[in-house]
Amino acid sequence: MITMQKELFRQLFKRAFTNQFPAKHAPKSVNALLEAVGKGKAKLNPPVPVPENFRGKIAYDKNKCIGCQLCVKVCPANAVVFKPKEKKISYHTFRCTFCGECVNVCPVKCLTFTDEFLLADYKKD
Amino acid sequence: MLEKKKDADGDTSYSISVGPVHPALKEPVKLNMSIEGEKVTGVDFELSQVHRGVEWMGTRRNPIQIMFLAERICGICNICHIMAFSKAVENAAGIEVPARASYIRTIAAELERIHSHVLWAGVAAHELGFDSVMHYTWKLRENVLDTIEYLTGNRITKAIVTIGGVRRDIHEKQVPRLKETTDYYLKSFDKLGKIFLKDPVVKSRCRDTGILTKKEALVTCAVGPTARASGVRKDIRVDETYAAYPELDMKPMMPDMVTGETRGDVYDRIITRLLEVKQSAEIINDCLNQMPEGKIVYEEKIPKLLAELKGVEGEGTGRLEAPRGEVFHYVKMVGEDSPYAWKVRAPTYNNMLAWVPMLMNEQIADIPIIAASIDPCMSCTNRAVVAGKTSSILTQENLHRLSVEKTRKIREALK
Repeated sequence: MITMQKELFRQLFKRAFTNQFPAKHAPKSVNALLEAVGKGKAKLNPPVPVPENFRGKIAYDKNKCIGCQLCVKVCPANAVVFKPKEKKISYHTFRCTFCGECVNVCPVKCLTFTDEFLLADYKKD
Repeated sequence: MLEKKKDADGDTSYSISVGPVHPALKEPVKLNMSIEGEKVTGVDFELSQVHRGVEWMGTRRNPIQIMFLAERICGICNICHIMAFSKAVENAAGIEVPARASYIRTIAAELERIHSHVLWAGVAAHELGFDSVMHYTWKLRENVLDTIEYLTGNRITKAIVTIGGVRRDIHEKQVPRLKETTDYYLKSFDKLGKIFLKDPVVKSRCRDTGILTKKEALVTCAVGPTARASGVRKDIRVDETYAAYPELDMKPMMPDMVTGETRGDVYDRIITRLLEVKQSAEIINDCLNQMPEGKIVYEEKIPKLLAELKGVEGEGTGRLEAPRGEVFHYVKMVGEDSPYAWKVRAPTYNNMLAWVPMLMNEQIADIPIIAASIDPCMSCTNRAVVAGKTSSILTQENLHRLSVEKTRKIREALK
């Protein structure tokens, strides 16, 4: 493994390939770190920026929606549910597979992609 | 079932079972082996340990929904499933894919082949005990994943294929980035070749280990790189016309192109896969140069396409070359919203039969690398239980430790 040893030696002097997100080292207390960030004493490493046309969390503009139900028909994960009384939809992020078929099919473009991908949350909506 | 036996000569043999249940396994499989000392003397395996009912779910969804379900059959080689399903539906409905869409499909499929083979190289290095090589190869893999994200919007599930074409075009400004990626892999190919093929330890671990002869490969119906490494000239990209492959100059990658001989061992399988990384990069370059202008999809309006597919009656098949071998999809439509039947056959199903001749008369420490050499669609089959009077458990860590120890011994012997 001489080739590999040379390569490893070279790596010693290179910048770390990994993006240390959100902090360089695991903090002793997550809450303490978040508090420090809130006060402006510590900084978080931002995630690697996403490219253009990234398929992230889907944004829904309720006012534009005409209730045609095409998105309900094409959604593979049943993440879009129609509300017959309001004639609007509700979109469940936690079921979504981010295929983007609803975004393509929407005739009034009320569904759009955002760059958001950190979706862990305590609340379902 | 698992027991200690004594034969006529008084030699003791044990039964050993590998698998089946592990949370990380996508397709759990159970290998039952008889061992005498360190030698494997009998191999049998049980399939169908888990049934996800993907096909059943498919018969309750419309073709557009099934596409994304099909994509989730495999996490690593996902585009081959969505493409094979689309091809089957196009076959049944008589839809023709525009030329530009065929080229974009080819590029996406080849990007996936690069990522899958480089990932496999890392897994193989890990099974041999070279963890820094594993991290190094996976670092090389990041480039193609970023390019896939740049092109399709996500790193793994591309969702770029649709029935009758593709969903996203490759724009003029995206071409330089793609060319950069192919150059990167053509360059890394030399490095990977040096690390894997020139190293004496890797060579002595993999040469003449897990041999699958040409005859055995034909009998067990092995597909993809596993079959090619045994000298079977079989590549669906060349044998069948699909996507843009008929217009490209390509031939199946065989190990004898490098070494001048075909032995059908683990080493040959490494050579085949590394050659295919280079071949894929060249195919992408050719595609970018030859790509014609024009439409990228047969029908842009999805509701119209769905209405058209609703009227389709008939059967269709889709066959294509995934990174692991041949994928086969069958669809039967009877003029309803959802297909009447959908059947999928993934390449690992064929290749697993090849485990039997490969593992015969090998050592226990070689089980991990031989099992991994067919690139099974599972992260680790190397979890084993030895039962009997002196029962002890061979966990994944134990097996891995055995493999690492063998590498160390060989390295010392070679000094």
